[in-house]
Amino acid sequence: MLQIALTLAIFVLAVIPMGKYMYHITTNKRTFADPLFDRVDNGIYKVCRIDRKGMSWKTYALSLLMTNAVMVLAGYLVLRLQHALFLNPNGIEGMEPTLSFNTIISFMTNTNLQHYSGESGLSYLSQMLVIIFMMFTSAASGYAACMAFCRGLAGKRKDLGNFYEDMVRITTRILIPWSMVFGLILIWQGCPETFGANITVETIQGKLQDFAAGPVAALEIIKHLGTNGGGFLGANSTTPFENPTIITNIVELISMMILPGACVLTFGKMCMDRKKEKTAAAVKIKEPVFGKQGRTIFAAMSIIFLVGLAVCFVSEKAGNPVLETAGVGQEMGSMEGKEVRFGVDQSALFTTVTTSFTTGTVNNMHDTLTPLGGMVPLLHMMLNCVFGGKGVGLMNMLMYAILTVFICGLMVGRTPEYLGKKIEGREMKLVALVLIIHPLLILGFSALAVSTQAGLEGITNPGFHGLSQVLYEYSSASANNGSGFEGLSDNTYFWNITSGLAMFFGRYIAIIAQLAIAGSLLAKRQVKASIGTMRTDNVIFAILLVFIVYIFAALTFFPALALGPIAEHLTLWFS
Amino acid sequence: MSKKQQKTKFVTNDILRSSITGAFQKLHPKYMVKNPVMFVVEIGFVLTLIMTIVPTIFGDDASLGYLRSYNGIVCAILFVTVLFANFAESVAEGRGKAQAASLKKTKQDTQSRLIGRDGTESTVSASRLKKDDIVLVKAGEVIPNDGEVVEGIASVDESAITGESAPVTREAGTDFSSVTGGTTVVSDWLKIRITSRPGESFLDKMIALVEGASRQKTPNEIALNTLLVGLTVIFMIVVVCLYPFATYSGVQIPVSTMIALLICLIPTTIGGLLSAIGIAGMDRVTRFNVIAMSGKAVEACGDVDTMILDKTGTITFGNRLAADFYPVKGKSKEDLIDYAVMSSLCDPTPEGKSTVELARSLGTRIDDNAAEQIEFIEFTAQSKMSGANLPNGSIIRKGAADAIKAMVKKDGGSIPKDLDEIVERIAGLGGTPLVVSADNVIYGVIYLKDTVKPGLVERFQRLRDIGIKTIMCTGDNPLTAATIAKEAGVDGFIAECRPEDKITAIKNEQAEGKLVAMTGDGTNDAPALAQADVGLAMNSGTAAAKEAANMVDLDSDPTKILEVVEIGKQLLITRGSLTTFSIANDVAKYFAIIPAMFTLVIPQMQMLNIMKLSTPMSAILSALIFNAIIIPCLIPIAMRGVKYQPMSAERMLLKNMGIYGLGGIIVPFAGIKLIDCIVAPLLSVLGI
Repeated sequence: MLQIALTLAIFVLAVIPMGKYMYHITTNKRTFADPLFDRVDNGIYKVCRIDRKGMSWKTYALSLLMTNAVMVLAGYLVLRLQHALFLNPNGIEGMEPTLSFNTIISFMTNTNLQHYSGESGLSYLSQMLVIIFMMFTSAASGYAACMAFCRGLAGKRKDLGNFYEDMVRITTRILIPWSMVFGLILIWQGCPETFGANITVETIQGKLQDFAAGPVAALEIIKHLGTNGGGFLGANSTTPFENPTIITNIVELISMMILPGACVLTFGKMCMDRKKEKTAAAVKIKEPVFGKQGRTIFAAMSIIFLVGLAVCFVSEKAGNPVLETAGVGQEMGSMEGKEVRFGVDQSALFTTVTTSFTTGTVNNMHDTLTPLGGMVPLLHMMLNCVFGGKGVGLMNMLMYAILTVFICGLMVGRTPEYLGKKIEGREMKLVALVLIIHPLLILGFSALAVSTQAGLEGITNPGFHGLSQVLYEYSSASANNGSGFEGLSDNTYFWNITSGLAMFFGRYIAIIAQLAIAGSLLAKRQVKASIGTMRTDNVIFAILLVFIVYIFAALTFFPALALGPIAEHLTLWFS
Repeated sequence: MSKKQQKTKFVTNDILRSSITGAFQKLHPKYMVKNPVMFVVEIGFVLTLIMTIVPTIFGDDASLGYLRSYNGIVCAILFVTVLFANFAESVAEGRGKAQAASLKKTKQDTQSRLIGRDGTESTVSASRLKKDDIVLVKAGEVIPNDGEVVEGIASVDESAITGESAPVTREAGTDFSSVTGGTTVVSDWLKIRITSRPGESFLDKMIALVEGASRQKTPNEIALNTLLVGLTVIFMIVVVCLYPFATYSGVQIPVSTMIALLICLIPTTIGGLLSAIGIAGMDRVTRFNVIAMSGKAVEACGDVDTMILDKTGTITFGNRLAADFYPVKGKSKEDLIDYAVMSSLCDPTPEGKSTVELARSLGTRIDDNAAEQIEFIEFTAQSKMSGANLPNGSIIRKGAADAIKAMVKKDGGSIPKDLDEIVERIAGLGGTPLVVSADNVIYGVIYLKDTVKPGLVERFQRLRDIGIKTIMCTGDNPLTAATIAKEAGVDGFIAECRPEDKITAIKNEQAEGKLVAMTGDGTNDAPALAQADVGLAMNSGTAAAKEAANMVDLDSDPTKILEVVEIGKQLLITRGSLTTFSIANDVAKYFAIIPAMFTLVIPQMQMLNIMKLSTPMSAILSALIFNAIIIPCLIPIAMRGVKYQPMSAERMLLKNMGIYGLGGIIVPFAGIKLIDCIVAPLLSVLGI
């Protein structure tokens, strides 16, 4: 408990300066490191001939799509041809087409669902040129989209900003420097960082064992910082090479939480009242820590996060009654599939964080979580708005905010408005699209999987748990989370293709629709708030938002969850 | 329209009868498809109907003996659900139609005298009159179509449209030159230039609007409808996908149960009532004798931030009424009052009448009989005074200070030293001083005041409570304007206001991101009415003003804008509240249906059956029945609108959230349990 509280306290403290820093990056304000970065960035702009003009939402979305498409193409070729390329000391074969398709989509969409095992499936070149490279660019793409979205909502400029400029600034000013700082801590704690081949040693029992190594630390840090989640090794952050100590565990936790959390603060600052901003500049008042609008969103996310964490923790602590009767003590909680060096506390926290912040890295096997403990990560991926992946989670939460405003706003006797913009038919259409696409992908593909032979073959635990496995796979794909429930034999044509499609549509349809909303709100006349306006910066709104998120999620996913984790829980405890 | 009519029952027998027929007529798919949520229910009805005839057509397990009767019951409930929704809409329309019918009575085809270009007169049917035709209408005849008076002056009875029995004066070349088709000339004659094409007159438009025939969905309604369709799609995905999940888990669910689940989940309550709420909102405005040209206008009312109101006629009575008497030094107040009364006894102007009234209340020695001996001197623009010549030769005058002073000086009288001070003080208060003199002696001053209509101060406070700012426009000087503004409690004022100042004020407010409402009647108000987001024109006003506005008040009472704004808000609140209620209902329905679906295979699911419903079948049917009967139960709220009291957005949100959000979660738990208690024994009789 203390460990959990401590980690969360560090998070809250760290997020405040980070939010401020990111706000300055987003709005082109001065930061302490400008003299260095300006030179680097200007060099990049010059070499790439980037024209830093503001873009409309259509141009912005198109630039994002095209840039991503080029990267996908290049990455796909590297994966297919890795056997023929250099930096392949372990002699890894080229990747099979559907797996390459799945992998490349997975990394481009910031999902990092892995149907391969890093140590046996990828050369070092692929790890670096495809995996690590995309960990930077996909995170930057997501955050760039979010910045554009926030600019649209804040309505302080006439365009959404320039995609290329955003990409460069985010990469050079946020991702690379912070990766270096945290990466060194990981190396200090024992993460390998080498181009040498795997090490073969003779164990005490006299048998030979391969130890997979490689440039692990470099991947490890961006894996968390960019809320990516794909491990260098198959077993991800459970292995001592990826996550050696409790210190690295906390560093990894903080580094995956910090940017999505800071994002919300950035949004709040961007939406600050224009007037206030002016007076603040004139009187030199200190910038507030949170913008008021960001504060409610942050509060709502925190409430949902803490509820999930509590459920997961209590459920894991309670252990497994069947094992109890079989004579296996459950005093430590359910330790099946958990690392002893982390225990239930750090495991429950890591599980909730990795799915809330849609990173997808794991430090314990989610497949072996208790049914309700496993339902929490599943549910948080279905919500996909509890902080969420870099930027994307904020955008999703704002969809719910718009929905809340729309339903509750009417009840104060005005047509609904959010941040001074009227929410009308066009916005509702796009919000509805975003809200439909997520359950469609999760439930649709899951239904397909359980009703086709190809899908059923992948399920290793028949029964309710099997359904949880399937739901988890597609939730993880569609929410661009990437954590695996594991236990699913998913490297088949069926799973590679369907989860690839889920990742693709889950990412791009939502982002395009959200950018369209930003564009449409930006074009609207600003409406002035009065005491007759529903406020979106107070406690009531935060609570309403939580309710709306829960009600919508419950209404959408309750039947599926009832047949999966809930049925499993009931049969486990009450039979 | 009188208060009596507003209080009538919201459904009469006639409306009830026509609504029931309407409910069946609307079952036509071509009509139903306009309301996607209910259309889904209708499709569900058709499917279950097929399954009632051939129970195993979709692969249901034939060994269940009760399958046919179960399908039949589901089918029947779905049918009733659709009927209820259609009924709600029909009732709303019916109330409008009843009003339209009374309007139509005035729209009989009349013969009219057409004046040709050469001045000849010919008799033509009113329906064949074209725009710009000139017609002559004499006393006792009905005005054939909307038009502008080009010649003549007459009293017109407009009760057919306004319900106001006192005739009004219509005169060429004034702000009161527009006439409406269907009204009757009571005295004299009018030459009228027709301004609208046949079938497009104001009356025609009104009938169409009231009937709901030309009703278009408002922007907010469209947005809400999008959300409802979105929800319907989500729930279709949920239910369709649940089937393979269930099959995978080894649960065989009858198809009709899946349909029942779908219908319970999609927002049928608000889907069924949405259009009824919109129609009823318009209807409430109409009952208030205001014709909204579109539903959009009513909706915009709810969003109004600023109201620009004319001082005269809207905020004040416009007549300057006597408020006090100020004697000059050395003269008694009694003398002043007596002379003031004598000068005013025969004065028919409001100033004169109010002087006499005030004097009576303060006590005067002059009685009405004195009037017979008085020779009244009328006010003229030249003399700027009025008064009385008494039989004994006394000359009593009251009038503007300058005029009286000049007269007194000319005739050798003296001006009291404190007169100027009194006069200035009154002017400073925003009043008009009337100086009273008798036989060249100045006795004092009557303080005339522009009086704020009673109750307005509280009304403005109510508006402030809901965040609406009021701005008063007046032609008065800034000093006078400030006084009235303070007295009425408006938030701002524009003094010495010209029509173009009004437009500037509206534009300024709009630039700040505010929605502006205003009232107006004269032609020079037309541009401002068009610029405002909500423009309420007076029916007595000119055609141009009515054309520019998006609402017309038939009673020509400018203060009504305040009520119309509240009606607009109430409409939106009703819509939001019922949507919240509808969505919140789903929670309980899940707890009824999900355990019922799976208990047979997963007995532990019974733990989720927190309502302790007797059997799975009765649980499902109870939820479905609740889903159906909640629609007619909410019709009264949809028609009347939820209770509206001005309060801050915060409190209003909490209150409505408590009633419709929390209530929406709790009520169905109780309702479904209750229905289950009734239904379960019946079902066991049927063997289900």
